[in-house]
Amino acid sequence: MGFKVVVDFDLCESNAICMQIAPEVFEVRDDDFLYILNETPDEGMREKVEESAQRCPKQAIKLEDLSSEDE
Amino acid sequence: MNSIAIIGASLAGLRAAETFRREGFDATIHLVGDEPHAPYDRPPLSKQILAGDWEIEKAWLAKPEKYDELALETHYGVAATGLDVGGLAVSLDSGTTLAVDGIVIATGARCRTIGEPLAGVFTLRTLDDAIGIRAAFDAAPDRVVVVGAGFIGAEVAATARELGLDVTMVEMATAPFERSMGAEMGAVLADIHREHDVDLRLGVGVSGFTGDDAVTGVDLTDGTHIAADVVIVGVGVIPNTEWLTESGLDITNGVLCDDTTLVAPGVVAAGDVARWHNRHFDETMRVEHWDNAITMGTHAAKRLLHGESAGAYTPTPWFWSDQYDRKIQLAGRTTGFDRFELVNGDVESRTFAGIYGRGGRIVAVLGFNRPRHVMRYRALIDSGASFDDALAADI
Repeated sequence: MGFKVVVDFDLCESNAICMQIAPEVFEVRDDDFLYILNETPDEGMREKVEESAQRCPKQAIKLEDLSSEDE
Repeated sequence: MNSIAIIGASLAGLRAAETFRREGFDATIHLVGDEPHAPYDRPPLSKQILAGDWEIEKAWLAKPEKYDELALETHYGVAATGLDVGGLAVSLDSGTTLAVDGIVIATGARCRTIGEPLAGVFTLRTLDDAIGIRAAFDAAPDRVVVVGAGFIGAEVAATARELGLDVTMVEMATAPFERSMGAEMGAVLADIHREHDVDLRLGVGVSGFTGDDAVTGVDLTDGTHIAADVVIVGVGVIPNTEWLTESGLDITNGVLCDDTTLVAPGVVAAGDVARWHNRHFDETMRVEHWDNAITMGTHAAKRLLHGESAGAYTPTPWFWSDQYDRKIQLAGRTTGFDRFELVNGDVESRTFAGIYGRGGRIVAVLGFNRPRHVMRYRALIDSGASFDDALAADI
């Protein structure tokens, strides 16, 4: 079962902590907005994305489990 | 290990509890906190909660169902009164003693105060503090005086100005945030507050408050008197270590841990209360920031479960502070810095990044609305890069 990265952009203030922990998934660009580079990363990225969610100062990141049908 | 007690129902304490479960610990976890509430997030207290933008519920660190999932034995409104280090037992003011196999000390810190308690004079640390100040702001005070221009003072001043209140901020140092970002960059922050019509008094202290039943003003050390009906005191914190007085542990400015967060066999510490030697900066520190509570709580839990294989705790400390429309972030340590260079933007636009060096190494990065740069330079600090390499880096 994979997972999907969901960011609440109303909460996100581009603190860029996530970009430091998981640059494969998150990028804050010159426009100061956060971009998700890969919404459904490999399972191997789960720990880093979970850490990003935990250390997001705005608690704007969630992981949603994907059912096998979604994959 | 069959049971663990986490003393401090805080950010560090909760993250430790989550880590224990994630790492497969499935026996008893006690979570003890002296406040009547479940753990909540403190950064919004001086901003969204104080501004009235958020309902209190939004500040809870976890929803009720999360506690069921974690299966914690919670003891809220209960304070720890003593620790038997050799016996791994914590005595509580409820009369109970928790005899366990592992202990996490995460009792945080409390606000320093000035003088005797007086109506209208507040500190801000807890949810109840924020609710009290919010009510005082709602009563349309003529003037709010903020004592101290650190995190609490500067953020409360910004929030009060955004609510349209008249604000005077008094700071003993020559600039806000001087200790963390230095006088030169602190002066930029001072200008930002002045631009938002804060009456900023620098380089002067408070000698006392006037008023019998409620505060009527603030006396400054230069002889000035400022009339005020609400005063917020933000002059730092004191680590909560009184309950460890008889424990035999070193509690000079926080409880002393080794490089790995271990305090004594079976005892670790995390968050504002913990002092340890950070090998990466070769500096013994106690860090009062949000991110450190998370990473240290997580590390301490792993240290307790897995022993020395958890390794040394060597983070690059990081904080942010939201004031007006500026997001201020600082990663690293500026202690004793001998170089500073702007690396992006300019001070005039209030949008810039700058790096600090010490002994040829990059040791800190400061950003005003420059989160991307802060994180990129932070990676260089983590890797121990030289200041010159950081200056030359394409970021």
